[in-house]
Amino acid sequence: MILYDYVLSARCYKVRLMAALLGAPLTLQAVNFHPGREHKSPEMLVLNPNGTLPILKDGDTVLTDSADILRHLTSDHPEWRSADDDTWLAFASNLNDSLGLARLHDVIGYAADIDTARTAGVTALRKLEAHLTEQRFDDLIFLTGKAPTIADIACFPNTALAPDGGVSLDPYPSVRLWMRAIRSLPGFIEMPGIHRLHELAHPA
Amino acid sequence: MSAAIDNHWYPVAMISGIDAPRETLLLGKKIKLGREDGICWVKDASGTPLPTVERFGHLWTSPGQPNRDLFTIPEADSPGRRLVDVGSVKVKCSPLRAVENFLDIAHFPFVHTDILGAEPHTEVDRYDVKIREEVDEVWATKVKFFQPQAAKSAAGGITTEYMYRVPAPTCSVLYKTCPPRPGEWDIITLFVQPLTDEWCEVWPWMALYDDDSTMSEMVSFQQLIFMQDRSILENQLPRKLPLDPGMEVPTQADMTSVAYRRWLKKIGYTYGAQLVAA
Repeated sequence: MILYDYVLSARCYKVRLMAALLGAPLTLQAVNFHPGREHKSPEMLVLNPNGTLPILKDGDTVLTDSADILRHLTSDHPEWRSADDDTWLAFASNLNDSLGLARLHDVIGYAADIDTARTAGVTALRKLEAHLTEQRFDDLIFLTGKAPTIADIACFPNTALAPDGGVSLDPYPSVRLWMRAIRSLPGFIEMPGIHRLHELAHPA
Repeated sequence: MSAAIDNHWYPVAMISGIDAPRETLLLGKKIKLGREDGICWVKDASGTPLPTVERFGHLWTSPGQPNRDLFTIPEADSPGRRLVDVGSVKVKCSPLRAVENFLDIAHFPFVHTDILGAEPHTEVDRYDVKIREEVDEVWATKVKFFQPQAAKSAAGGITTEYMYRVPAPTCSVLYKTCPPRPGEWDIITLFVQPLTDEWCEVWPWMALYDDDSTMSEMVSFQQLIFMQDRSILENQLPRKLPLDPGMEVPTQADMTSVAYRRWLKKIGYTYGAQLVAA
């Protein structure tokens, strides 16, 4: 499988993280999204006429939607799926359009109504916090149950990267515990802005 | 603003990225820049042209009257090097904090884990630092550090040798062991545009010997490294760089930073800095 990848993209990271957690080998093809705008080059538009990333190529299959890619990667892994995933995959899209947009604005100067993006991001984070708090009352740490599913992997990146876009995660303790649970998963990989757990996790 | 701050050259754009005229900030003031017939221009808010230099793939300007040319990097001109425009990243931190972070080695194992450093190889050996009065630059030499993946071109862990140079208050040049060509230095720079005293746009640029990696891979590698620093930089306190000792206690590993702060104080460069009230 080849992932056309941009190292700072939250959506590309979803795919890298999912593959790492599954132990699925992934060949990364670096795309110069910024400053090169290589995702809009003629070669890339042949692969994906929408000119977006990520793009996953698995044999003859080409997928360009990160939710579809997560479903594809876990098609033989029912333990990573739940009946509630679709709701959260849609929610992940909201996170991308709010927190994700604020981040691109603040980091690489994307045009955006920054106040609207941040306000929508905070609204989404409050929903996430409320849900995860309810889950914790039932001893469930992840979005859909006791074990992580593609719902968690879809929602994690733009949430964890919220501070990059000027949105603090301080007011959301349940969200922070959930993020810590994800960062503790065997095979977890980091991306810039999301640091791994160091030895603090296991004091000698 | 004082001449000690205005009379420097500052990066304001990547030349290859200038299409339509656009506005940006320099030292808290609006400027406008663009390119006509292949020549770049910069104007201040009142429309007065500012001096320009096109060098290292970037456009440089000054709100004052620089009394010397923009620094050069003669080694970057040697044939066979690939010149990498990394693009810019905006960071809410003092421009001086951004430069100081670039000069620091001790954070590698913790922030750039398994790339520029790894536990338990955390010790920074003694190195040499001096302010070279004759050229008015800060230099750190004989810096050595174990790195799991020193560059995109590195196949495995190596002890990397570094030299750091601060040729201007908001710029730093790093000379670093070149994995495929021992004996040559890779050149990695950090050009910082002070948007305000607590907000900057950072333009990394590189001149590397690397015949294997694609340009996209080299850009990705450097953006990965810098974005790992960004979240740390945005959380540093105090937000302005303290130039007087007392606020922060340096260790031996911080000798470059100590010299940098001392030099900034000596040349009166206080934009993005804080001084202890007398």
